[in-house]
Amino acid sequence: MDKILEVKDLNISFHTYAGEVKAVRGVSFDLNKGESLALVGESGCGKTVTAKSIVRLLKEPPAEIKEGSKIIFNGKEDVVKMSKKRLRSFRGEDVSMIFQDPMTSLNPTMTIGQQIMEALMIHKGMQKNEAKKETIKLLETVNIPNAEERINHYPHQLSGGMRQRVMIAMALSCNPKILIADEPTTALDVTIQAQIMDLLGELKNKFNTAIILITHDLGVVANFADKIQVMYAGEIVERGNREEIFYKSMHPYTWALLNSVPRLDTENKEQLYALRGTPPDLILPLKGCAFSSRCEYAMEICLERKPVETRLSNTHSLSCWLQHPDAPKVNRAEVLRGEMNE
Amino acid sequence: MSNENLIEVVNLKKYFNVGKNKILKAVDDVSFNIKKGETLGLVGESGCGKTTCGRTILGLYAATSGHVYYCGKDVHAMDFNEKIKFKKNAQIILQDPYASLDPRMTIGEIIGEGIDVHFKLTRIERQRRINELLDTVGLNQEHASRFPHELSGGQRQRVGIARALAVEPQFIVCDEPISALDVSIQAQIVNLLVRLQKEIGLTYLFISHDLSMVKHISDRVGVMYLGSMVELAPSFNIYQKPLHPYTKALISAIPIPDPKIEDERKRIKLEGEVPSPINPPEGCKFFKRCVQATDKCKNVSPQLKEVEKNHFVACHQC
Amino acid sequence: METISKEKFRRIQIDYKESEKIARPQIGYWQDVWRRLKSNKVAILSLIILVIIVFMTIIGPYLSGYDFKEIDSAKINQRPSKENWFGTDELGRDIFARVWKAGRVSMVIGITGALISAVVGTMYGGFSAYFGGRVDTIMMRIVEILISVPYLLVVILISIITDSRSLGTMMISLTLTGWCGTARMVRGQMLQLKSQEYILAAEALGVKPLKIIMKHLIPNVLNVLIVSISFDIPGYIFSETFLSYIGLGIQPPNTSWGALASAAQRNFIFYPYQLFFPALMIALTMLTFTLLGDGLRDALDPRLRE
Repeated sequence: MDKILEVKDLNISFHTYAGEVKAVRGVSFDLNKGESLALVGESGCGKTVTAKSIVRLLKEPPAEIKEGSKIIFNGKEDVVKMSKKRLRSFRGEDVSMIFQDPMTSLNPTMTIGQQIMEALMIHKGMQKNEAKKETIKLLETVNIPNAEERINHYPHQLSGGMRQRVMIAMALSCNPKILIADEPTTALDVTIQAQIMDLLGELKNKFNTAIILITHDLGVVANFADKIQVMYAGEIVERGNREEIFYKSMHPYTWALLNSVPRLDTENKEQLYALRGTPPDLILPLKGCAFSSRCEYAMEICLERKPVETRLSNTHSLSCWLQHPDAPKVNRAEVLRGEMNE
Repeated sequence: MSNENLIEVVNLKKYFNVGKNKILKAVDDVSFNIKKGETLGLVGESGCGKTTCGRTILGLYAATSGHVYYCGKDVHAMDFNEKIKFKKNAQIILQDPYASLDPRMTIGEIIGEGIDVHFKLTRIERQRRINELLDTVGLNQEHASRFPHELSGGQRQRVGIARALAVEPQFIVCDEPISALDVSIQAQIVNLLVRLQKEIGLTYLFISHDLSMVKHISDRVGVMYLGSMVELAPSFNIYQKPLHPYTKALISAIPIPDPKIEDERKRIKLEGEVPSPINPPEGCKFFKRCVQATDKCKNVSPQLKEVEKNHFVACHQC
Repeated sequence: METISKEKFRRIQIDYKESEKIARPQIGYWQDVWRRLKSNKVAILSLIILVIIVFMTIIGPYLSGYDFKEIDSAKINQRPSKENWFGTDELGRDIFARVWKAGRVSMVIGITGALISAVVGTMYGGFSAYFGGRVDTIMMRIVEILISVPYLLVVILISIITDSRSLGTMMISLTLTGWCGTARMVRGQMLQLKSQEYILAAEALGVKPLKIIMKHLIPNVLNVLIVSISFDIPGYIFSETFLSYIGLGIQPPNTSWGALASAAQRNFIFYPYQLFFPALMIALTMLTFTLLGDGLRDALDPRLRE
């Protein structure tokens, strides 16, 4: 498969009054054409920062993409070194992004039709009539009923779910090769969330667009992502395909994420598994494993040295000292049945 | 759990006037009760009136009609002193941990605010109490002098809990306390709430749009749609045997973190979106999106009826 | 892989509370504001100039060795020189002393005027916003009526009624309607704050209305209030200057920048420096206050905190 995006050793820092915050530390991953990738983690783990850096939407300064970071698009162009002019066409035509709150990314004084048409006219050089037809077609693609009428509506006249659909339509208007969706369903109700996720899946197949989905909820990606990467404190701690993460994951943090979602289909009256504590402040120098301060299986070594990446299969790898032959064995099945609660 | 009702809600209505001849029926004739030591879950999508319902129960909004009884006393007919006493007993935990803490007050001042209203403590006693509360919710004494913006979302929500606990209430309305938090932190907060309930014997009204969390924490669950209660049943029943078509759709929309199950699962797709609660239609409010709708549903509004023991549903088809 | 001693793989107990600790140094609100203001060079330069001007209005009149009302018919309309740093006016008075003496009046009017309108406006606006409904409607209509009265008319009326043109009378006539803008702004801000969840939480705790206004609403409008004060001060100074310029303000022998400018304007073609210095002071004060206000607005905006 062709690689559409290669991120290599991405390091991003924010400069604040209190010092340098190393928000993303050595993140590398690939994305193939038409593939869906989920970045999962708690807020502040660097998933949004990573995504924004791909479209260079971070405000620099305070943000700084460190020397040596590479974001290779389509095998040849490095996004980090792109000119401002190229970036303008790159965003929208090659990569688009949708956000959690569609209201803040839509212009309240323009109708949704005008906004999509504008994008088409700028990026694709379409004439007004042509752009209008295309806009209606796009709105129909994202399942907006009465598209012909809807193009004359303003964002505030639409519900949250509708707005997110409009955002998706706008993002797809120029057939981007990559669509980055940053928590697209977090602000929506469950029934709408299901609709939007289904829509994203359909569109992925229809347009062969690669999708990077950012979420804190593993449940959302269970029937969506081809590949899943779990991030913690600015690093990828475990990566694998869907089955590997859900059925064969070996990192305690991934277990914690899986366990903290209450299951509707089981009758568990006992305590939910909850991660205790709070993620480390990335302003501090990290010694050892970043997760060690909240890990139930922490060992002496975890506090002292950073774990090395262990490969379990071609697609599955993780960074955890538990993988070391000398480490005590933890039975995964037992953990995931919820027996690690006190 | 005893059989004594701590809260009784009787035909509660809360309408808002939103312009000429436009009435927003946020809560439209809802009745239920909450037993001492029980957790009642209230679920529904945004705009279904669950938050308004919670706040009207606490007397923060004046009811349009109907009654709320706390230990047999009508909350909306209390005089000033009774009301202050009621506020000591009934507290609220709010949704947004960013907006619910005054950005200009330290954590200690925020927690101490309620103590100052209801207790007469010396400075040292007050400080000790604040530290005690911080410890209860898993924070350090050091946090007392910090400002809200220095804390993470989960930590802030725990401050919100400590603030409510400060006045030693019996009843707490948890108004979407977890929906603004990460999944892993949600579990932390829910566990804390469960632990507190066991230790202090609290009674909760737990409001959320997340049916899976509600099912986990609640003894009984009420499902609301456009201001009306459409189903009310013990929490396991709601999942096992949902009767109302809306409840069924709601349950099927919740993702399950298991790809094999997810791939095979058939979703009940709801057509369209929640209609506006301004001047809602006659008859069953779910009529337009319901697959089983008949003419009767269009014209006659269904009443909540007990179809099984403790399982109530408002649907003509059940 | 290098060997790691087996000892290192022993399980250890983790104190989860350790992870709750906040790593960053504690920083108070005002400290933080000052830190951000400091990084704004324009605002800091403005602040420095302002401090110098204020300082000079206090000690300036005594520096040149001339009293501001000392008439010397031997030295009429002198150019700036070693003896009279800013020159002399048509009565031979030292302009240097006069400019700073006049500045004192302008500053006093600007600062007290802005403070009075801030206090009155905050109380009025806060009351109106907190109680809302009909109270709010009536109170705001009153404000609108007051705002629509031209202040020149008020000034003239007051000076006729009180039959005085002292500093006090001018203060009264300027602030009589001057607080209305602040009241409106505070009301708008408070209406926004009132719907915040922390106000609801305080109400649920049974905190009394007055305490909610004092402890939650006012501290949270303080930032916009400070900005509004720093924009109000030049407004008052300019109003005073204008009134003095057209002869309705400060009366001789007392003086203000406006009165100085007014007097100098008559001989402007022959002695431009007489107008230059008061005009420079007016412009500099107005500009620096406005730029400082801009800087403060950025520094105080809680959304910009990180």
